[in-house]
Amino acid sequence: MRLWLALQQWWSGEAVLLWTDALLFLLLMALVAAYVHVRRDEPLRRSWRRVLGSAPAMASAIVLSVYILVALLDSLHFRPLQPAGESGERYEAGVLSVLDAALTPERTHTERSYSRPMAIRALEMTTVMDPDGLSRQEYPRLKYGGSHLQDPAQRGADLLAASARALAQAVLTTLLAWAAISGVLARRHGLSWRIAASGIPGRAGAVPWRTIMMTLLVLVSLGCLCAELGPRYHLLGTDKVGNDVLFQSLKGVRTSVVIGTLTTLLTLPLAIAFGVAAGYFRGPVDDAVQYLYTTLDSIPDVLLIAAMVLVMQAYMAGHAEGFSSVQQRADLRLVLLCAVLGITRWTGLCRLLRGETLKLREQDYVHAAQALGAGHLRILGHQILPNVMHLVLITVVMQFSGLVLAEAVLSYIGIGVDPGMHSWGNMINSARLELAREPAVWWSLTAALAFMLVLVLAANLFADAVRDAFDPRATRRSEEAGR
Amino acid sequence: MTAYIVRRCLYAVPILVGVNLVTFWLFFFVNTPDDMARLALGAKHVTPEMVAGWKQQHGYDRPLLFNSAVRGTGKLTETLFYRKSLRLFLLDFGSSDGGRDIGHDIAQRMGPSLAIAVPTLLVALAVEVGIALLIVMFRGSYIDLFALLICIVLMSISLLFYVIGGQYLIGKVWRLAPISGFGDGVDAWRFVALPVFIGVLGGVGAGVRVYRTYFLEEEGRDFIRTARAKGLTDGVVLFRHVLGNAMIPVLTGLVVVLPSLFLGSLIMESFFGIPGLGSYTIEAIQNQDFAIVRAMVFLGSLLYVLGLLLTDISYTLVDPRVRLG
Repeated sequence: MRLWLALQQWWSGEAVLLWTDALLFLLLMALVAAYVHVRRDEPLRRSWRRVLGSAPAMASAIVLSVYILVALLDSLHFRPLQPAGESGERYEAGVLSVLDAALTPERTHTERSYSRPMAIRALEMTTVMDPDGLSRQEYPRLKYGGSHLQDPAQRGADLLAASARALAQAVLTTLLAWAAISGVLARRHGLSWRIAASGIPGRAGAVPWRTIMMTLLVLVSLGCLCAELGPRYHLLGTDKVGNDVLFQSLKGVRTSVVIGTLTTLLTLPLAIAFGVAAGYFRGPVDDAVQYLYTTLDSIPDVLLIAAMVLVMQAYMAGHAEGFSSVQQRADLRLVLLCAVLGITRWTGLCRLLRGETLKLREQDYVHAAQALGAGHLRILGHQILPNVMHLVLITVVMQFSGLVLAEAVLSYIGIGVDPGMHSWGNMINSARLELAREPAVWWSLTAALAFMLVLVLAANLFADAVRDAFDPRATRRSEEAGR
Repeated sequence: MTAYIVRRCLYAVPILVGVNLVTFWLFFFVNTPDDMARLALGAKHVTPEMVAGWKQQHGYDRPLLFNSAVRGTGKLTETLFYRKSLRLFLLDFGSSDGGRDIGHDIAQRMGPSLAIAVPTLLVALAVEVGIALLIVMFRGSYIDLFALLICIVLMSISLLFYVIGGQYLIGKVWRLAPISGFGDGVDAWRFVALPVFIGVLGGVGAGVRVYRTYFLEEEGRDFIRTARAKGLTDGVVLFRHVLGNAMIPVLTGLVVVLPSLFLGSLIMESFFGIPGLGSYTIEAIQNQDFAIVRAMVFLGSLLYVLGLLLTDISYTLVDPRVRLG
């Protein structure tokens, strides 16, 4: 519902396209194209079916798609329509994303300082003046968290009721989804609706429907819980300046997804071109490429990233006039960070591709193509490239989780994303001293780490399944590449 | 053997030259000394005279590649490239932008770095190999599956979580070890214990998985089947045949990182307040001290190349099938 309103706002506002948005949507289009391609190609379809048949992979795929959906919603940026009749400008100056708009109560309900998850009072005492002039210490009520309650004692009952409502909604939604899926299955396989529906909880067919339904139930419950409680309480508490932690964590999703995907994407062409060319042409080309990646490899990753980010920072500080807004600046920095990270990560794939191409170019079908007079480009495109794509796919999915983890560490060192950007690394960085406080402030840190853990775990499980399905004979090699 | 080592050392030269050129390009072409000066002096109200003064004070007031103002070899040596970049080959690191002698700092900070890195490496190796062997013993069972799942979960947790959680629980709540700091002499172990424990914990998931695949690969070979057919017990097969042969990839994987141990770990050292090279680097990055970062990049690649060389030599020592001509 709120999402629908937010999308309407986006439609009526003026669209703003940041660099990362453009690249993310490019990636989405590439995914759709890949899907169409896989549907046409029987062997590829068989491998993917093996991935989809594995229960952990399917569950993590659903979790991953939720994260990606959040990231995409957060990438639809716009300037909202100005309320009629105010100033001359048609659109407001601030840029929002659809996610911002959908999470408006959480975004704008800023308290004064820390508060515990679902609290209605602040964490720290302040001095208040009584009407009769006496000052006393008390925990003040929060401005927004639980402000609809007259009596603080109602909090428990209110929370319970809201959770029950959320759970009921979730169960209902899942049941509806179950019915819909069984309907589709029944039509496709020509079964009666009842058999299909009862088959879902069991182990019917190759697709692990039971796992899918369970994952959906958990995710939908969490979603409903946020929707029910989010506007009225701070579900995960607030941070030092009173911002809602749940909102910040959700905003961090996009940063992580962008880093996990764009980094590989930006340098993929480089790795493929160099790796395949080195393996295919051998001789001087091979020497040059090998020299290039050995040199880059020999610089320790963190130091290379640090060096490049430092240089980038200095450059951006010197050319500040080129950016029209803070957001654009942060965004460009994110793209550059992806590029920088990518430069340290492409050598592994390049090496793998070179080795594989060296093997492939001696295959009979390549010789046959050469004998038939096919040119280099044709052989590379038709004989070599399709046969190394599984390595590319495996590397891309295996790198994702490592990159998400790297973002947090780099932001901690101070060479990660822009300090003003929402990211889990920045959240952890600003929260790490809060554990030493008395009473300890643990929610900000825990939220960021939990969001990150779920994403990385899902990515790891999914990557394992993809690797097993696409490369059954070389588990060890990719294990090393993923390290 | 000697001829081989000499040849390998010569191979390393072009790589180091490449690294040198990359860093020079990054730090002097993309980001000119003028930019550095402006950054160091602060963004506002910087006059060209101030920039020139800063450059002269820190020795950046020479031409980049070719100095036409001087005669003889000075044309090449009185340049930034020679002064700031080529000198690194002589292990002459010069002084930092803050005015300190980098070489001296590095020598002093190596010790604490090693005090953390070496125990972490050894304990991690023992723990990971032990667990991986146990898992291989129960291969194919639910224990195997369960252990793998735990490994994946451990891998998916950010190192930052281990550090922060460990400091909080062990250091603050249970008070088993000091939260951070470093001491000399006998007392040092108390400061070392927590970082080592957390370093091991952070790497154990990924390590066990890798070693397990090494072991399983050996486990599937013909000579293992022969050994079992001869009637050897599971333990003997596992320890003598599987472990013995799998040690080749394990050891060579270790040798690569040996020289880099000097650099320490950036995260652990800065969190635990250990005055090693890792925290030195972090401080340099945070203070934007380009001279130190440049020196560390070069030192890091030098040590890595050394590690590769040692790896190749160690192949000949542990694997009788490899001979170097």
